Amino acid sequence: MELKEKLVSSFLAFENKGNIDLDSTVHALRLKAIHNFEKEGFPTKRDEEWKYTSLNPLLKYDFSLFPNAEKSVGFKNVEPYLINDIESYTLIFIDGVFSSFMSETTHEDCDVCVLSSALARPKYKMIIDNYLNTIANKNNSLSELNTAFVKEGAFINIPKNTIVPKPIQIINFSTGSEKEVLLQPRNLIVVGENSHVQIIERHQNLSKNTTLTNSVTEIFVHKRAIVDYYKIQNDTDESSLIDSTFISQKQQSVASVSTFSFGGKITRNNLEFYHEGENITSNLNGISVLNEKQHVDNHTLVDHKSPNCESHELYKGIYADKSVGVFNGKVIVRQAAQKTNAFQQNNSILIDDGATINSKPQLEIFADDVKCSHGCTIGQLDESALFYMQSRGIPKKEAKALLLYAFANDVVEKIKVPQLKTLITKIIAKKLNVQLGFEL
Amino acid sequence: MLKINNLHANINGKEILKGINLEIKAGEVHAIMGPNGSGKSTLASVIAGKEDFEVTEGSVVLNGEDLSEFAPEVRAHKGVFLSFQYPIEIPGVTVTNFIKTAINETRKAQGMAELPAKEMLQLIREKADLLEIDRKFLSRSLNEGFSGGEKKRNEIFQMAMLEPQLAILDETDSGLDIDALKVVANGVNKLKSEKNAVLLITHYQRLLDYIVPDFFHVLYNGKIVKSGGKELAYELEEKGYDWLK
Repeated sequence: MELKEKLVSSFLAFENKGNIDLDSTVHALRLKAIHNFEKEGFPTKRDEEWKYTSLNPLLKYDFSLFPNAEKSVGFKNVEPYLINDIESYTLIFIDGVFSSFMSETTHEDCDVCVLSSALARPKYKMIIDNYLNTIANKNNSLSELNTAFVKEGAFINIPKNTIVPKPIQIINFSTGSEKEVLLQPRNLIVVGENSHVQIIERHQNLSKNTTLTNSVTEIFVHKRAIVDYYKIQNDTDESSLIDSTFISQKQQSVASVSTFSFGGKITRNNLEFYHEGENITSNLNGISVLNEKQHVDNHTLVDHKSPNCESHELYKGIYADKSVGVFNGKVIVRQAAQKTNAFQQNNSILIDDGATINSKPQLEIFADDVKCSHGCTIGQLDESALFYMQSRGIPKKEAKALLLYAFANDVVEKIKVPQLKTLITKIIAKKLNVQLGFEL
Repeated sequence: MLKINNLHANINGKEILKGINLEIKAGEVHAIMGPNGSGKSTLASVIAGKEDFEVTEGSVVLNGEDLSEFAPEVRAHKGVFLSFQYPIEIPGVTVTNFIKTAINETRKAQGMAELPAKEMLQLIREKADLLEIDRKFLSRSLNEGFSGGEKKRNEIFQMAMLEPQLAILDETDSGLDIDALKVVANGVNKLKSEKNAVLLITHYQRLLDYIVPDFFHVLYNGKIVKSGGKELAYELEEKGYDWLK
């Protein structure tokens, strides 16, 4: 059976298993979503938005949709993937199931807990009704697929005037309990007026088995709130990730999303920002360091609907071996969005002849009093810079790494959690296979 | 110390150096002069090991060891230093981090332990003072946005840090005003000893007023056509290069 048919035919069983209230919002959302997915199916390369990324290599697997027999996983298995030297709230999911004993949640000043419990409790009904699946793009069939099976993920609800005292780590592990597993985490994050939160998200396969994660995150950023969101993508060669993140911002809010892609087989990041108010700032940062046959596709959208807002986008990529990068950055400035400042930059370095980058800036500007720019460079390592460094005694390998580090550095510099910055620096060093005597 | 024997070098199949012979002993300062396009910078790059050039004949021997098979960094570890005519800008790497890496990689290659951070800092400060370099300068990205003079001063600062046996200064005087020239020349003179040697490459007399060479060579069309003492420099100053043709 093809994956699509399998998914559609599993839907009823899934809903029945959950003892779902047929009057609930969620049931209606799921039903609508599965119909949409059934109609649209998986995107193909004929679809303009998927021109450079084919899901075919993934769709041939006979994925287990509801893995239940999780392998025994202890804290020592997951520990290497946590940032340990900081105080943080942690939400750990094992094969899609929340692991309460390894996690640290809170309901004190804010809710850092899980979607399944929010869906079940009347207390959160209003939040679910008001927010869940309201900004997820209905034209995105994979996001609809996620909605059809919405069940578990992070639920973060920050009331107004709250500075969350420590970062929140969300980590989805797969254990390889079955040969091929499909996971569909769903995160809902609501940040109230004047509040501030830092979130780090990671997906990690603990086995050599195949995993496909189809993740959806909705983030609502209210007036003057600040959200820093970091995505670490450094998974195994057997793991693929489709991430769709939708952000709605109210006036004077600042939302920053940084995507660090270092691993995985196929990674697709859909990142969409929607402005609902004036004086909003959106920051989109990305670093991809890829080798072998890795494939990372960053599709971003910033939809400027209101005046006096700004967006800053900076994506850098380093591609070795036969790796493939895709950057598609769309910026829409609607007629009402006068005095918009929108800046976009995509810089790539191709280290080897077999590596590829497809870079496509897309600006659609309907307002006349705006500042918008985009820049796109694709280059190789500067040979004269290498010789310069070598002539000072720095071996070629280290010189290359130093140049690549320096290339990625202005994005690394934007990380506001020092321990995360150290981790990212270390991962880059490992990827480039060097040790440098200092941190940039 | 350095012995260049019948050196021929090509770039993209075009012969630039056509049989250079040169011997430099420890404690000496040599100047190579010549018109544009005579091969001066090529000679400097070939000694430092730039891979764009193909050595077709002859050899470059340092302390009895043929350098031709060595990568540029290995030559640097063995004591060759090239001050670039156009130092490269490297955004994102600070002057301090760059020189630290260079020093420690060199020490590693020589079988020595890394220089402790405190000593490194002391050394950096001492040498920066010698070149009258502002401390703030050291935390800036290497050469990025530096003026011509700042770049050259930074080159000599790196030379002071690395203490090479053979320093090749390629057009170090170009782009310098007279005050900067004095600072740079003063730095080079202070670093000069009986154990090291300097090869100056220039087509102006100016630098030679401040760093006084023991020997002068005129490079023309890929060959050294004349060598001599101070009198040769004066002759060139007076007559230009035309009389050599």
